[in-house]
Amino acid sequence: MSNHEKEPMFSARNLKLLTGPIGTNNPITIQVLGICSALAVTVKLKPALVMALSVTIVVAISNVVIAAMRKYIPDRIRIIVQLVVIATLVILVDQFLKAYAFDVSKQLSVFVGLIITNCIIMGRLEAFAMANKPWASFIDGLGNGAGYGLILIIVAFFREFLGSGTIYGYPVMQKLGIYSLGYENNGMMILPPMALIVVGLIIWYQRSKDRTLIENK
Amino acid sequence: MKEFSNRYIFIFSSIMVIAVATLLSLAATVLQPRQLKNLEIEKKKSMLESIGIPSIRESTESLYDKYINESFVLNSKGEVVDGVAAFPVELALEQKKPLEQQYLPVFLASTDTGEKVTIIPVQGKGLWGPIYGYVSLKPDMNTIYGVTFDHKGETPGLGAEINTSSFEGMFPGKQLYNGEKFVSIGVVKGGTKPGDIHGVDAISGGTITSKALEKMLKDCIVKYNDYLLKNRNQI
Repeated sequence: MSNHEKEPMFSARNLKLLTGPIGTNNPITIQVLGICSALAVTVKLKPALVMALSVTIVVAISNVVIAAMRKYIPDRIRIIVQLVVIATLVILVDQFLKAYAFDVSKQLSVFVGLIITNCIIMGRLEAFAMANKPWASFIDGLGNGAGYGLILIIVAFFREFLGSGTIYGYPVMQKLGIYSLGYENNGMMILPPMALIVVGLIIWYQRSKDRTLIENK
Repeated sequence: MKEFSNRYIFIFSSIMVIAVATLLSLAATVLQPRQLKNLEIEKKKSMLESIGIPSIRESTESLYDKYINESFVLNSKGEVVDGVAAFPVELALEQKKPLEQQYLPVFLASTDTGEKVTIIPVQGKGLWGPIYGYVSLKPDMNTIYGVTFDHKGETPGLGAEINTSSFEGMFPGKQLYNGEKFVSIGVVKGGTKPGDIHGVDAISGGTITSKALEKMLKDCIVKYNDYLLKNRNQI
């Protein structure tokens, strides 16, 4: 920033950092980052929710760390530095979960380690934290984590509801007595390709609602 | 972007690596006792689950002491090996040894109704990582009393369903033997026929994990064959 006036903590610009990624600058549907993990963890709502939380925490904290160090990080090894910061945080999260929230860590199992490879985190470090102050970077991290989480939860909701007939493990379809009418769960929904199709539908919906998102040829 | 000298880059990365290594080893050392304790409680909890006793973290240890009152290890001929504790035996490590040198742990429990139940640990390879569990047998050493399974990283919603009660609930009452012959429990794709006492339904979409589970049961329990046949009607 060129002006040295102190910016209020929740200025319009900072608020936009928070809300942008949830809507018109969503990491999954607009930036098309983090698709791979969106396929893997969205079969059920619960892992999707915990994954969304973990990614939000890691992206927010690593954004702060990188933003604080940004003037001292040599340009030539910046990617390595970013990776080290992310990997350290993820291992710490994993260790803490194993010690203090064993059941959650058991449920997430391999996905905790996979946060390291989530492209949203490196994408945000490279695109935002390397050029902005820690507080703005923190908000940017929260916003992107939330935007990512929102899509994850929407996709997981539909996949779990249509694929297993449950919502957050609660057997809705069974309670409604729909099975006795001849309804069956759609096994396709629990297979990975359906996550892509659901994400595709969300992108379609979002663009048809907001025409400004459509690229000019 | 400012230009940095090579010297600066070397010093920067050295300091960074040392700082991170210190932080991580510190965290690992400080948290390790708690993590090991968690694993121990988890093991006791699974054993209790296999005899149908649910427990929460706080109650696990006292319930374990109450219900599971004897444990020992067998060799591959079904004889008790003296002086080896059963609880710390790591099945995954045992399976790497030749069969003659393997220790086979056995845990004995008595239920609220006074029934003597034998608990056998099982361990195998799933689609993405290890799968494991406990199988408990009624005093006839043939009928399954209960089972519990778990996994390291099977696909959620597919293979990971092996640890749900709807899957585990199909096992009690099934039989391992057909007369004197060990047949194990099959995991049948497309569903079992009614009255099949040696099979349960496979998980749709989780065929590889289901097959792996079938193999695990067969491979692990057949090692106890001599012991099971010998002790059939003694208890």
